[in-house]
Amino acid sequence: MAEDWKQGGFGLYIHWPFCEAKCPYCDFNSHVSKNIDQKQWLKSYISELDRTAALTQGRVLNSIFFGGGTPSLMAPETVKAILDKVQTLWPQANDMEITLEANPSSVEAGRFKGFHQAGVNRVSMGIQALNDDDLRRLGRIHTVQDAMTAFDIARHEFDRVSFDLIYARQDQTLDQWQSELRQALSMAIDHLSLYQLTIEQGTAFGDRYNRGRLRGLPSDDTAADMYLATQDICAEFDMPAYEVSNHAKIGSESRHNLIYWRYGDYIGIGPGAHGRLTLDGQRHATESHLQPNVWLDAVRNGTGDSSVVPVDPVDQGAEYLLMGMRINQGISLSRYAAITGQHIGTSVLSELQDLGMIVVDQDNLKTTLQGRSILNAILDKLLLDQ
Amino acid sequence: MIELDKIRNFSIVAHIDHGKSTLADRLIQSTNTVADRDMKAQLLDSMDIERERGITIKANTVRIDYKADDGNTYVLNLIDTPGHVDFAYEVSRSMRAVEGSLLVVDSTQGVEAQTLANVYQAIEADHEIVPVLNKIDLPATDCERVAEQIEDVIGIDASNALRVSAKSGIGIKETLEAIVHRLPAPKGDRDAALQAMLVDSWYDSYLGVVVLVRIMHGVLKKNDRIKMMSNGTVHQVERIGVFRPQMEKVDELGPGEIGFITASIKQVRDTRVGDTITHEKKGSTIALPGFKPSQPVVFCGLFPVDSAEFEDLRDAIEKLALNDASFSFEMETSAALGFGFRCGFLGLLHLEVIRDRIEREYNIELITTAPSVIYHIYMRSGEMIELHNPADMPDLSKVDHLEEPRIKATIMVPDDYLGDVLKLCQDRRGMQMDLTYAGSRAMAVYDLPLNEVVFDFYDRLKSVTKGYASFDYQMMGYREDSLVKMSILVNDEPVDALSTMVHRDRAEMRGRAMCEKLKDLIPRHMFKIPIQAAIGGKVIARETLAALRKDVTAKCYGGDASRKRKLLDKQKAGKKKMRQFGKVDIPQEAFISALKMDN
Repeated sequence: MAEDWKQGGFGLYIHWPFCEAKCPYCDFNSHVSKNIDQKQWLKSYISELDRTAALTQGRVLNSIFFGGGTPSLMAPETVKAILDKVQTLWPQANDMEITLEANPSSVEAGRFKGFHQAGVNRVSMGIQALNDDDLRRLGRIHTVQDAMTAFDIARHEFDRVSFDLIYARQDQTLDQWQSELRQALSMAIDHLSLYQLTIEQGTAFGDRYNRGRLRGLPSDDTAADMYLATQDICAEFDMPAYEVSNHAKIGSESRHNLIYWRYGDYIGIGPGAHGRLTLDGQRHATESHLQPNVWLDAVRNGTGDSSVVPVDPVDQGAEYLLMGMRINQGISLSRYAAITGQHIGTSVLSELQDLGMIVVDQDNLKTTLQGRSILNAILDKLLLDQ
Repeated sequence: MIELDKIRNFSIVAHIDHGKSTLADRLIQSTNTVADRDMKAQLLDSMDIERERGITIKANTVRIDYKADDGNTYVLNLIDTPGHVDFAYEVSRSMRAVEGSLLVVDSTQGVEAQTLANVYQAIEADHEIVPVLNKIDLPATDCERVAEQIEDVIGIDASNALRVSAKSGIGIKETLEAIVHRLPAPKGDRDAALQAMLVDSWYDSYLGVVVLVRIMHGVLKKNDRIKMMSNGTVHQVERIGVFRPQMEKVDELGPGEIGFITASIKQVRDTRVGDTITHEKKGSTIALPGFKPSQPVVFCGLFPVDSAEFEDLRDAIEKLALNDASFSFEMETSAALGFGFRCGFLGLLHLEVIRDRIEREYNIELITTAPSVIYHIYMRSGEMIELHNPADMPDLSKVDHLEEPRIKATIMVPDDYLGDVLKLCQDRRGMQMDLTYAGSRAMAVYDLPLNEVVFDFYDRLKSVTKGYASFDYQMMGYREDSLVKMSILVNDEPVDALSTMVHRDRAEMRGRAMCEKLKDLIPRHMFKIPIQAAIGGKVIARETLAALRKDVTAKCYGGDASRKRKLLDKQKAGKKKMRQFGKVDIPQEAFISALKMDN
């Protein structure tokens, strides 16, 4: 139990909270600011690295992920200084993955070389759509041409490049999505994240939706058809799904994100970043201050964390399930039992199995494709008696 | 001792919202019965539900001392009575304890159905009636028209009706003078053997059972040993007093007076409303004419949402029943809902009031099943069975015929809406008995099956008439009709709590409507769910709820674990409010909403 995290690995997440503009669908912690003192931010990240390294001495780091916000707005020097510092703090896995999220604009593409030199070995690009009208509606400030140019630079610079698309957009038909997806797959390198548009509360889209002003969203049935078509087409292109919304060539899965889904330990640094850290045999959930200035002040006073709370066994079990059931390999029933001290009921397992929603193979529990589409309902069932 | 000719006992008859409670407040206030600082609106309505809904449920009493213009001080006893049809029984017995009534009619509205029902009870009790036209300060007031209507519809002289605005305090003095000079004094003989009418009784957690009495003859004092004439039980009077409206002790109650006693009586059920109280020794041998006991007419199941709260529910129901002899209950087991109680009520408002009180005062969330009436089932064996719950319907092969209760419904409505009202009554299998006009208002009298009325008739009536109709009913006895039990099958399993009795000719329509409703009310599951209505083994309507196709969250990374877990916890809490039936979760509101008809 105490070393449970080892089964999922150990990663470091660094959150850069700034964007050029706020996208109307995004509910991540991002802020638009013109005056960013990169030196001050670097100092704060370094301070947080020192603090968290002291808690996790000797652990082998499997991956680092710069997320945001828009971390491609960071100066390459800032990224380099962070990565140099990390090298001094933790032993590193030989195949360590260092990912940076990037916007596909010309300005940022100009920094790709610098990021590569700093040690970044993978970029994940927010291309989102392959037509300019939809990019505008999604509030993106780049064009398809910008994206193509940036993508070419990226694949010249990095071996591993992923990009994101959003589908089930306003007025999008199944046919349109299928041809857009084929186009995307023909240019993809080794990884794609394909997200169905989700209307989140507290976003511009959410407000519009609540007022009945967000028209043309596909029906639930069309959206479900799009999801199934996505699975088929990606498999055709040797980019099968390894998670609900993530597709990769075999072996090119995002190692960092797999740490989350395998319920490993991860440090979260930066405004609003979350972490899961096993300290003295007890898994804790950490959360950092959301507001950039509040976080900076807090770091100056010793820690950027706003809360560090133990996660009780039942909640850990729920988190393991809700993360682990998203990926192809599913979860280990014995690990679940070790975490929670109880087994998932056999009657619920056989009920779900009979419905063709899950597969139970000795210690392994995973969803079928049909089951994965309705994972929330499955989780409801699995967790109801826990 | 108070002289009989200085006593006036009266009640106030009015339709809901016509200003009865406000007028009572003014009478109490203007005679300084209650200090201004203690005054609050609807003083006599002590329950939260009464204040909120603006209705009176229990009869309340207040004694007012009034110094009249003739220089004498009079004792005025007001019994404030419920205005709603469900509590008509309380009205009728309160009427028997007083000699006169104020008939309050909103001068902007006119006579309503409930005004009629209550005023007829006052007439039946031989009351002197003083019409009061209220709300005369409002622009829409039309005293001439309303006075004419009172004469036309009710048939009493309204030429010297009082003109009042209880809200603004206009005409209050005149009302008090009218009570003294126009209502008769009570009669009675102080020296005769004690005859006291048991008007009402209720449980008070400090005092035990409190008994409201009206003395007809003789004198009742503290420490007297009294006898209940119905069953011969003897009690010793511990406290004796009057309401002002809070309890105030007195030495004795003489003829014509209204007051309360306590006498170590444990349960409300030990007192019979309408009973005659006399002295143990040298008591009267003649009982006053009693009241007929009230009978529950509407039944429904009450189940705790959380089955662990069953015992709490039992406790709550028992406590409420202590104080409400008209509320009956017995344990019920439902395959869908678990353990609960089948409860009998005087009507729908009574049902709602009890349900609200359980939820609020005892903090128990309830599932209420569809209200049902009592059917008389005549078996081939010649036996007659009373059916309170459609789920208990016996095998049809053993049934000869069924009878259902009918009511005489009186509906008053502006003639603009009359067409809609007639259609509604027709749709509910009504037979028109009478249709008359008074000015621009129509009065429709219908013979209706009670089972078409108990559920949502009143809601529908309000909605098709934009709230302008008023409605009252009386039970009319039983009549044979072609009634069948309609079962609902969800995923091929019958859900007992959704069974209803319907008329054969309307079964298909009701079945279709219920299946469609349930299709919207039940959330999608992992599999498709057939929803069927059936009579016996024959399916008469069917809908299919499609399977859930996609609900997975698109993005879930390290920062989403906590939020997502909390979301699942919330769903889990929501799930607990559903009832699992076979493999299907049915939300609790479905058990009632499925039965609401849109036309």
